[in-house]
Amino acid sequence: MSAKDSAVIDFNLSCPTPLPARDTVLLGHGSGGKLSAQLVHDVFLPAFKNPALNRLDDQAIVNVNGQRLAITTDTFVVKPLFFPGGDIGSLAVHGTVNDLAMGGATPLFLSVAFIIEEGFSMDELRRVVESLRRAAEEVGVQVVTGDTKVVEKGKGDGLFINTTGVGSVRDKVDLSANRARPGDKVLLSGSIGDHGIAILAQREGLEFETEIRSDSAALHTLVSVMLGVTREIRCMRDPTRGGVSSTLNEIAQQSRVGIEIEEASLPIHEQVRGACELLGLDPLYVANEGKLIAIVPPENADAVLQAMRRHYLGTEAQIIGTVLDAHPGLVTMRTPLGTTRIVDMLSGDQLPRIC
Amino acid sequence: MKYLDEYRDQRIARALAAEIAQSTTRPWVLMEICGGQTHTIMRYGLDELLPSEIELVHGPGCPVCVTPLETVDKAIELALRPDVILVSYGDMLRVPGSRSDLLRAKAQGADVRIAYSPTEAVKIARAHPDRKVVFLAIGFETTAPANAMAAWQAKRDGLQNFSMLASHVLVPPAIRALMTSPSNRVQGFIAPGHVCTVVGCKEYEDLVRDFRIPMVVGGFEPVDILDAVLMLVRQLEAGEARLENQYARSVSYQGNLPAQKIVAEVFEVADQKWRGIGAIPRSGLRLREEYAAHDADRLFGLTGLVVEEPAECISAQVLQGLKKPLDCPAFGMRCTPENPLGAPMVSTEGACAAYYHYRRHAANTQPDIAPNNKEDLCQLKTAQ
Repeated sequence: MSAKDSAVIDFNLSCPTPLPARDTVLLGHGSGGKLSAQLVHDVFLPAFKNPALNRLDDQAIVNVNGQRLAITTDTFVVKPLFFPGGDIGSLAVHGTVNDLAMGGATPLFLSVAFIIEEGFSMDELRRVVESLRRAAEEVGVQVVTGDTKVVEKGKGDGLFINTTGVGSVRDKVDLSANRARPGDKVLLSGSIGDHGIAILAQREGLEFETEIRSDSAALHTLVSVMLGVTREIRCMRDPTRGGVSSTLNEIAQQSRVGIEIEEASLPIHEQVRGACELLGLDPLYVANEGKLIAIVPPENADAVLQAMRRHYLGTEAQIIGTVLDAHPGLVTMRTPLGTTRIVDMLSGDQLPRIC
Repeated sequence: MKYLDEYRDQRIARALAAEIAQSTTRPWVLMEICGGQTHTIMRYGLDELLPSEIELVHGPGCPVCVTPLETVDKAIELALRPDVILVSYGDMLRVPGSRSDLLRAKAQGADVRIAYSPTEAVKIARAHPDRKVVFLAIGFETTAPANAMAAWQAKRDGLQNFSMLASHVLVPPAIRALMTSPSNRVQGFIAPGHVCTVVGCKEYEDLVRDFRIPMVVGGFEPVDILDAVLMLVRQLEAGEARLENQYARSVSYQGNLPAQKIVAEVFEVADQKWRGIGAIPRSGLRLREEYAAHDADRLFGLTGLVVEEPAECISAQVLQGLKKPLDCPAFGMRCTPENPLGAPMVSTEGACAAYYHYRRHAANTQPDIAPNNKEDLCQLKTAQ
């Protein structure tokens, strides 16, 4: 075919009508991204609004007879139940303990609720319970109450676990995602993306030269060390579902500030980078279960960073960025080429059922 | 990471940008065909590194974006049948059809599964002999071989419950359509490296000759793209029109012969409708008659369906490089990835999504660096 006999195309402008995601619940509503935020704002907040809830932090801080208590709840639907570096039992402890720790609380008590599908192996259940027990013992929290429900075969997917945690908040500590101020430094406790990629590799049967392990860990001792340096830390968050990008976007939006991070400063293990390249994922959006992001006043940033690096969960800690008064609500990243791009919040699910 | 970091190297990229700035004496409009290249440009802000005379416009090379509305509607209709398992690449799930999308169908109970590879769909068909497994096979010449392999395996194994809803598009006819369109502005092309890895360079030589337009087969990393831009600028400034291969570490002149063989065995060239652009003669692939038993269109009697697309967004102009996503009044306001007006806002390779994810601050504010200053770039080069 030559240029001459190629037909001249009459380009008709066409596009479909929009489909707002408000009529049915989609998987993306559980992703921790924009759809989740929309669900919370449209359905849950109007129903329950109160000062403790309205802060929208990972935990509520309530005052009981002059004592500040942190309370949080989390449900675990991870698939597969066992993965390199952890399982649903240890994850159910770490996830809830971390949400307490991010509020500056010492974790004290846990409740555990099991939703089990009929036909589930008793042996696997025992393994999960043993792992949960060991994790709770290591953290020093007691499981003081619980619940069991069994659903018909085919109506659940093996096992779901809910844990609720209660902790006491340290004096003179006020950590919240609305406290970031221009000039503050953004600290990250270590490599990103390990948990999400470990789960995905297990689920999809991907094999790497060395196994990628989940970073699932309880962060309360790392938090203790950091608050031991200064109680002026503004905010701590663990970047779980939705990854570092979602956490930073939440902080930027709730504090009405901009955040700029340096791509070159992000600690990412080589295996995770490779897996992300292969699968077309961005490590900034991949879940972590043993990492924290802290917003720290500039004068304390170095001291806090050094203290983190001396703790075994923070050896790879980095200052990854700065809080700005420019572009409030937006997170940007300086690329190695010196250009700047947006780090957006994920709208739907990159990887469902990661925790 | 070996074989990647060197193509993202800051010093090499800056040196190439300086070289481009030095070589450019007048305005040139260049188009990168492939959506993967568009994303690299936006993600790394490569257009910010180029002199103001060089305008990069974004091409139609996003397979999800150009998949016709009918195909999406057919996939949804099939997915909602209780005896069907619909297997698709993840990107297609959020693409709006005329009334719904596959994610919503899934929420309504449709069995929709995501696969990274079409042969996974064949495995699903083997594991579920009582269900009809339909693979939504979309893509350019890059995905055609793997899709062909899935159909070939199904035929070889006599898998009667496996079929394919195919919507394959070909790049060269689309370039011809763009070049013969009266509104064309493009003066040089970065040809799609992955497509050429499969099909080789011959067809692109024909395009260069027929339209006397320079083309460089380009890769997907920042250094690849800047290198390809430099090669195009040098040709344009010298008044030349040649095919050059920047992506030689992947692309050979002949391409991947076994891949071409399986595609030719399973598919034949056919007319194809492109979403947002329209019908282009002989611009697609359909399953050959011998594979009719695995052709979902014929199997489920879906061939008659035609859906008119309402004129609401400017994706057609974006896909032809006539407009940029930021020119659209709906961009970022009424059209977002959560609430897309058109497919280019949905797909990870779509131009609108690339602008939205990496660049929407530019809609209101100036970029914070102004690298169009040639002197700065030249100084940078001398400093190295």
